[in-house]
Amino acid sequence: MTFNQKFNAFKTIVIKEYMRFIRIWIQTVIPPAITTALYFVIFGELIGSQISDINGYSYMDYIVPGLILMAVITNAYGNVVSSFYSAKFQKSIEELLVSPVPNYLIISGYVSGGVARGLVVGFVVTLVAMFFSDFHVHNIFVALAVFVLTAVLFSLAGFINAVYAKSFDDITIIPTFVLTPLTYLGGIFYSIEMLPEFWQKVSLLNPILYMINSFRYGLLGITDTDLISAFAIIILFIIGLFCFAIFLLNRGTGIKQ
Amino acid sequence: MKALSIRHLEKTYQNGTRALKGVDLDVEEGDFFALLGPNGAGKSTTIGIIAGLVNKSAGNVSIFGHDIDSQTDAAKSCLGLVPQEFNFNQFEPVIEILANQGGYYGIPRKLAYERAEQYLRQLELWDKRHVMARELSGGMKRRLMIARALIHRPRLLILDEPTAGVDIEIRRSMWTFLRKINDEGTTIILTTHYLEEAESLCKNIAIIDHGCTIENTSMRKLLNQLNIETFVLYLDDHVEQLPDCIEGCDLRIIDNNTLEVDISKSNSINQVFEILSAKNINVLSMRNKSNRLEQLFMHLVDKNRNNIELMQTLEQASNANSIAE
Repeated sequence: MTFNQKFNAFKTIVIKEYMRFIRIWIQTVIPPAITTALYFVIFGELIGSQISDINGYSYMDYIVPGLILMAVITNAYGNVVSSFYSAKFQKSIEELLVSPVPNYLIISGYVSGGVARGLVVGFVVTLVAMFFSDFHVHNIFVALAVFVLTAVLFSLAGFINAVYAKSFDDITIIPTFVLTPLTYLGGIFYSIEMLPEFWQKVSLLNPILYMINSFRYGLLGITDTDLISAFAIIILFIIGLFCFAIFLLNRGTGIKQ
Repeated sequence: MKALSIRHLEKTYQNGTRALKGVDLDVEEGDFFALLGPNGAGKSTTIGIIAGLVNKSAGNVSIFGHDIDSQTDAAKSCLGLVPQEFNFNQFEPVIEILANQGGYYGIPRKLAYERAEQYLRQLELWDKRHVMARELSGGMKRRLMIARALIHRPRLLILDEPTAGVDIEIRRSMWTFLRKINDEGTTIILTTHYLEEAESLCKNIAIIDHGCTIENTSMRKLLNQLNIETFVLYLDDHVEQLPDCIEGCDLRIIDNNTLEVDISKSNSINQVFEILSAKNINVLSMRNKSNRLEQLFMHLVDKNRNNIELMQTLEQASNANSIAE
């Protein structure tokens, strides 16, 4: 395939993925906005009003970055895992497998779809956050970089989950038993400085902690973790997951007999 | 030039099943080729390997001279596949399915829409272009898969039972369409369980059974292997006693108004008519009792099975002897 043909193929996958979640926007875009609004009402307004400021910010303002990034993480992951598994389930993945599209473009196309949904949902959640809190931006470049890189990372993770999945149960196990606990324990609602020393060290093993804190730095200028380490961890994860996804597709794991 | 060349193709699944045991196959450019075999013979596995959906265990496959392992892109670009099962997104509009498939082959979106219109009109699906694929009837879904397989103008089109479950009217319109694209230069490989379809459309034929090619020849040569043909004759009056027939013809009464005659290739059916006319028996109409290809197909498959059983028996006997010694 020539460069132009590859670009057309990539564009086609991205358009298809974008149209897929936009066509069902009531199921894909609105629920995260409602869930986040509920978090703001319950944790921000009702419970948060009883909590003192954290690092100079009201509790409501403090949880905004984490809630936005949580929506990005779950939607980027959910978009790719459900889309790719549905394609496997309906066998429409064969449309791609019989075509000359290289495997790296298949992965990039699906990941771009996940990132697009992460960005759309993140933007909607940000609008909701603006309604409830004083929205701050400390460093737009850091915030945007973490926002996009996190969406890429979890889109890749969703892709790998979908490759291995053999039933619809398999695409909910990781989000339910791994992703959600790690996200909640990743410092959305608290600073790890509030934890005993032992649990602070345990928390540092959670990669989501670095993402949420660096995003919080981008918006509020405060963080519990080192910014360089956070970017290094995110980029290393992205490279590792991308290579693994390529390896799985080249081998035909889960998609070829 | 060979549109498809397969050498010593083998496939053993992870559960140990040997689906292909060394298939060899050649299909010439421009051919309309029938790939036949009973269920489980290995046809779909062979097609899956050609299309890149199944990993082969051994052997070589090339499409228009492009090896599927070393020149994958070029090989895939030459191939269009209409699979046995529906494999499109059921929740996508018809025209988007075609435009997306074109895109996967690198075709610009505008051109993909133009081609989609062309094929949807030819296959009488243009009115359904904005309908979700799941809402189409079975026949429409089959035609959608044909249109999708053609969107990148492949030189080789493989159709795996394209007319399964399709009514006769649509089947015949699909035959006309396939003949047309074959006349225009597309090489076609067809698998089907409707043997009259293969006989009517295809110039060359291969039969696969138990993962091996048991026949690979022209349709004419294969049909010439038939020594006896059976005709059913419908009479205008009752017949109670059979006239004496000539050698090489076996005449029998089916019911009062129907006769059946087996006639060898060396005899002319005119001789039968002459005998019947002499006895004042008038034939109103006649038809072939069964499809000629069907007869041959059954004969070849039975023969292959008998050979396999014989080999197995001999092997068991040999093993028993070795143990006894």
